[in-house]
Amino acid sequence: MAATDSINNNGLLKIVLWGAVAILGATAVGAIALHRGESINSAWFVVAAVCVYALGYRFYSAFVAARVLALDSSRKTPAERFNDGRDFVPTNRWVVFGHHFAAIAGPGPLIGPTLAAQFGYLPGTLWILVGAVLGGCVQDFVILLFSMRRNGRSLGQMARHELGPIGGFAALIGVLTIMIILIAVLGLVVVNAMKHSPWATSTVVATVPIAMLVGFYMRDARPGHVLEASLIGIALLLLAVAGGGFVDQDPVLRGWFDHDGPTLALWVIGYGFAAAVLPVWLLLAPRDYLSTFMKLGTILLLAIAIVVLRPEIKMPAFTRFIDGTGPIFGGKLFPFVFITIACGAISGFHALIASGTTPKLLSNEGDARFIGYGAMMMESFVGIMAMVSATVLDPGVFFAINSPAGVVGADAAQAVATISSWGFPVTVNQMTELAHRVGEMTLFARTGGAPSLAVGMASLFAGMTSDTLIAIWYHFAIMFEALFILTTLDAGTRVGRFMLQDLLGNIVPKLGRTSWYPGVILTSGLVVGAWGYFLYVGTIDPLGGINSLWPLFGISNQMLSAIALCVATTIIVKSGREKFALVTAGPLAWLVIMTTWAAWEKLISPELRIGFIAHANDLATRLAAGTLPEALSNSATQLIFNDRIDAALTIFFLAVTWIMVIDTVRVCYCVLTGRHHPPLSETPYEPREAGLMPKPLSL
Amino acid sequence: MTAFESAARWPMVFFRWLRAIAHWLREVTGDDAYERYLEHWHRHRAIEDGTSEHPLGRREFFRQRENERWNGVRRCC
Repeated sequence: MAATDSINNNGLLKIVLWGAVAILGATAVGAIALHRGESINSAWFVVAAVCVYALGYRFYSAFVAARVLALDSSRKTPAERFNDGRDFVPTNRWVVFGHHFAAIAGPGPLIGPTLAAQFGYLPGTLWILVGAVLGGCVQDFVILLFSMRRNGRSLGQMARHELGPIGGFAALIGVLTIMIILIAVLGLVVVNAMKHSPWATSTVVATVPIAMLVGFYMRDARPGHVLEASLIGIALLLLAVAGGGFVDQDPVLRGWFDHDGPTLALWVIGYGFAAAVLPVWLLLAPRDYLSTFMKLGTILLLAIAIVVLRPEIKMPAFTRFIDGTGPIFGGKLFPFVFITIACGAISGFHALIASGTTPKLLSNEGDARFIGYGAMMMESFVGIMAMVSATVLDPGVFFAINSPAGVVGADAAQAVATISSWGFPVTVNQMTELAHRVGEMTLFARTGGAPSLAVGMASLFAGMTSDTLIAIWYHFAIMFEALFILTTLDAGTRVGRFMLQDLLGNIVPKLGRTSWYPGVILTSGLVVGAWGYFLYVGTIDPLGGINSLWPLFGISNQMLSAIALCVATTIIVKSGREKFALVTAGPLAWLVIMTTWAAWEKLISPELRIGFIAHANDLATRLAAGTLPEALSNSATQLIFNDRIDAALTIFFLAVTWIMVIDTVRVCYCVLTGRHHPPLSETPYEPREAGLMPKPLSL
Repeated sequence: MTAFESAARWPMVFFRWLRAIAHWLREVTGDDAYERYLEHWHRHRAIEDGTSEHPLGRREFFRQRENERWNGVRRCC
């Protein structure tokens, strides 16, 4: 468009500059991909990521903006048309960026890459970069824009209008189930971080009264003084981290907070129910302020630490576990890396945010690129930093922390022997000393990603400050992870409850009323019960629970992403730009293939750690023959039942995905052949007032 | 412009940046939400409905705002 007309001096300079970025980026990616030595410096990761994002943003997102979506800065946005001072508020683009990034960046991009590091650093890193630039960023961007052009409609509403009732219903049920699985797996991550750790548990418990205190302060003492209240809360949280150290030293107090997984799971379930029925201002809202500050601050700190320290990556590019025998979760590199890392590369959940609050805030359609594409790039970079933090650990230590007892053995000597025999040397002394330094009894079998990430982050932060602070930094990292995981848990339970009330309200109208307390209790109980079930079974599963729950979460998240991309592709075809349909149909095809493949493996694989059905049958046979160890035979019936539930859910996710895909193909076929189809539901163009017209968009 | 003059501008530039960041922080956290609500109310509501009702008080405004904000998906994985 405007900028392509002539190549003047300025243009030449730009070409040289972008050429240099391209060469630098290619060098860095090449260095990461081809390096086969002892260790590689993390600076390469940062340089590769920054260059890939810069090129992706400057060229690909500009192409999508100009040619595929035809962003039009002269068009009135919903915020301008409905400006009601509440939902629809024209807002400064940097402020919207802050809101949007804080909303999309959760624990996902920290945990997924940490788990995927069992394949080595390379597969996850490449998928995070390529997946984000060509998939995730595009998804967030197009859904944000399409929602803006439909008065800020939600993904489910867009699916219903563009595809029809089948698509709409599939989207609704899909969102509800992903919420359940997401909360269960995140709860399990927190439980595994608190297991037999009085320091971590007491700190996490302390976050609840601190949040309530902040809630009272913001509501009654100084209404609406959010910054002030949050700063007080953060100071208290830091005190709680230090205070946990004292609890850990005290023989009586530590007994109160020293519990096993199943007990802690019950605590989390009880907490989740309380949070869902308590008023928002008391717990959810103040906790969210605290966790958002903590999250952004810590991510910034981590970025500074990585850039300043430039630590060496000790994990090899590939490990032997690309063959599917990995201890953290079973399954080959293809397709499992693509469902293990969802957030950070492409996450369907973002489509809910991009079609929620954000489209109601933008004051200029042209900003959709910066907000949608740009914020996802930032989240992807968080994923890269998590990968760096996980792989700076000695691989032996990484696997010792993350391997469940059921795979490497419950005994420390046995575990290190197994892990060392894989070619990742580690000793009992090394692990005991590390556990002692970070103030834990043991670091073995802490599957879930949070503790190993915390050890990685703590060693980086301690490297910037002082080695004597490593225990404080470790528990700071655990508190920071737990804080926003619990916020996701609260918020997710609440959303799940609303959706369930909406659904049940169609049958029993009374249940749909959000003010009818028995209905609130009942629906909250159902939602908490659903995720609580998966969480509890996860804690008694000798394979670690993460092994079955994380893939389910990945599959459901990618299913949601497939739904979003289906809607987007349909809209692109309907608006007569079918020659660009590959922009969304390409990532869609990739996701559908990888997710279907992974789901299929989870169903029919004869490997016990991969196939749900094979695992259930094996347990059933051994239970009948009486050859199970005693500890396992008590929980075997429950584990078998759970395997079957997991298998049923996998089939359900597959079915929803394929129904959406077939429905999309049907509608697109009808559009292209001129048959009857639901019309494009775009709001008609309305120009902005002349004085407000920004300069036109250039490619 | 002398070297001294251009050097003397730096504190001003720095100060402007600090103010911009503080302003951004207040707006992004919603710390100034009530002020913005009042401004919006005086500019629109009073003209549009012609009613002489008062805007919400600070306490009442935040109470309503917190409840409305958490009715949809606001946080992600």
